[in-house]
Amino acid sequence: MSNRVAAPPRSLFARLRLRERIRDRDTAIYGLLLLVALVFPAISLYTSDGSTYLIAVAGHAGTYVLLAIGLNVVVGFAGLLDLGYAAFFAIGAYTYALFASQQLLASPIHHAYHFPFWLMMFVGLIIAASAGAILGFPTLRLRGDYLAIVTLGFGEIVPQVFQNFDQWTGGINAIGGIDQPTLPAWVTGPWAGADSISIVAPFSFSFDPIAYYVLIFILVSVAIVLVNNLQRSRLGRAWMAIREDEVAAAAMGINTVTTKLLAFGIGASFSGFAGAYYGASFGLVSPDDFLFIVSITVLVMIVLGGMGSIPGVIVGAITVYFILNWFLPLLPPAVQSLASSIGLGSLNARSGDWPGLGNETQNVTLLLFGLILVSMMLVRPQGLFPSRVREQELKHATGQEDEAAIEQAHA
Amino acid sequence: MTFTDYGFYVLCGTAIVLLATQAVLDPRTFFQVLDFGIADGAIYALVALGYTMVYGIIELINFAHGDIFTLSAVIGSAILGFFTVSENTFSLTEFVTLLLVFPVVMLMIGGINVTIERVAYRPLRNAPRLAPLITAIGMSFIVEGVMYLWHGSAIIHFPDLLPHGPGFQTYIGGVFFTFKDIFVIVAAVILVSLLAVFINASKLGKAMRATAQDRDAAQLMGIDINRTISATFFIGAVLAAAGGIIYGLYFNNLDYHLGFSVGLIAFTAAVFGGIGNIPGAALGGLLIGLVKAFSDNYVGSRWTHIIVFSILIAVLVFRPTGLLGMRVPEK
Repeated sequence: MSNRVAAPPRSLFARLRLRERIRDRDTAIYGLLLLVALVFPAISLYTSDGSTYLIAVAGHAGTYVLLAIGLNVVVGFAGLLDLGYAAFFAIGAYTYALFASQQLLASPIHHAYHFPFWLMMFVGLIIAASAGAILGFPTLRLRGDYLAIVTLGFGEIVPQVFQNFDQWTGGINAIGGIDQPTLPAWVTGPWAGADSISIVAPFSFSFDPIAYYVLIFILVSVAIVLVNNLQRSRLGRAWMAIREDEVAAAAMGINTVTTKLLAFGIGASFSGFAGAYYGASFGLVSPDDFLFIVSITVLVMIVLGGMGSIPGVIVGAITVYFILNWFLPLLPPAVQSLASSIGLGSLNARSGDWPGLGNETQNVTLLLFGLILVSMMLVRPQGLFPSRVREQELKHATGQEDEAAIEQAHA
Repeated sequence: MTFTDYGFYVLCGTAIVLLATQAVLDPRTFFQVLDFGIADGAIYALVALGYTMVYGIIELINFAHGDIFTLSAVIGSAILGFFTVSENTFSLTEFVTLLLVFPVVMLMIGGINVTIERVAYRPLRNAPRLAPLITAIGMSFIVEGVMYLWHGSAIIHFPDLLPHGPGFQTYIGGVFFTFKDIFVIVAAVILVSLLAVFINASKLGKAMRATAQDRDAAQLMGIDINRTISATFFIGAVLAAAGGIIYGLYFNNLDYHLGFSVGLIAFTAAVFGGIGNIPGAALGGLLIGLVKAFSDNYVGSRWTHIIVFSILIAVLVFRPTGLLGMRVPEK
């Protein structure tokens, strides 16, 4: 026993660095996300006296998580820059909205359809994927940023088309009164305002944030499993090969056109999925919901989270969504109450050119968002949680450069 | 000649036939729209040049460029606010202030753009390719945010300084021409020619072309890459600033968000002409201006956006590197 080699003393730091192994970090993030997703509704109900507002916000954030996962397939895995991702989102949302509301009654066909959500979700998925394939087929041979501009153009065209064909889509008046998903049975309880836990049948989602939260939680979980499998599949490896070097990938026998087309179609299908959910959860679909800024926001989410890394883009999507829809809107009242509590309440009043601290904070939100983006990117250019494979490659590349420098120095 | 070449010629032919029909049926409207389209396109060309130069040299879609354009108009209108200029008479005062406002704003905006490059793009030059794209988007928000803080979402009035009114407009063959149209076109032509001379004849221009072609090789030849890239941003911003003031003088109204749509169209124009290609950007800007004007008039303005981007996609499908772009291997 005594001749056993003593393990070298390991500091806490050394033990923490174990986490740098690929599986550990990603598993830890997934575990944390799962925990937060499960605990979050309870905590937010408890702390806000039963108000479901935050849960509704989280449900909508889920839409963006789905979008980010989908765009990550196109941009992160296959390396195709897509600046018009919102177009597919719009197609999914309008597919559901048209066939699950009274809208088509006023259209030239004079008949309203009410297909169930569960069916239309997949129809939206298929239609969005087909749109991706149709757009991709003639344009995917374009290189680099020419493809980006084609997708940007497509993203500009689609919402405008939905707006202009107002006979069918109601144009800027939007489509309202979209059906809510229904289930044969559901559990109700104190969290939904009922007296006791019981089973209701049939159950309509009817703007119940908790029901939507559960739904989006399931959708996102399924999406995560799917893309994780995709990433490890033959197709996923082909995408990465194309991302790194298209010519080399083609030389290795990868059919680059089909592979890129699949990335486009699969990426688009996620947003078709998300679109149907979006239409159902808001009950209103308007062309203004799918402007260029939506595509840009999703792109920001995935780059900020760490392109190509699935847990990374999920964290990125949640972070950006909460900055935009929770932190920045809540900032003005928070600053106001802070000013009052430290004795600077006079700043809150409007006087002369000064619009009051609250209003002034409101005015700087755009500026602030820009600053957050720039500084986050400067601090972590590779994203919050970059893909481990990618990071290793980058490290390896710089390592080679170092070697070259050493060789040069000795020559 | 390949299939795509045929497609491209068919596309061009259709457009020419359609427009020629209109020109024969109603020449007055046609030339009126042409006049407006060229003036509009000249402004887009000035903005598109900035996009194309920056893209050519560091392969970055500089999303902040459109907002730089707007900022120059906003600063220009603020500077003009210091002077007591009259919008109704064009005297020596107006002439001198105009002569003054152009170089001042151009230098300021040039400085701002160089600072943006220094702060937001240079540290990320060796980072993953999309990182500077995101800081560009962030910078666009920042510039817009500054203008929003300054003026809110209100419409900003730019003094109508150029000579206008009965003495400065005329009908030629039933087509209405104003001094403003001529001014915009002449100014744009002068600026683009100056740029062309600069790029082709000066030492710095040569350095810029070399850096765009191969950054590492240019560095090995003793070119100061950082200085060259800064110069590119400076010149791009100078052109955008000129475009911004010309836009203000021509349209007289703008808001903080203007750069978003103008930037989108101008970037489209740059891609249309073949991104990285300077004559291409000028041509692309002009063509986009014409397409917009014709579509506004003959089809209806609510279809213009769709038509512009559909033509863009069609042109790229048949001409994958834009109108004047070369087929170069990817770096």
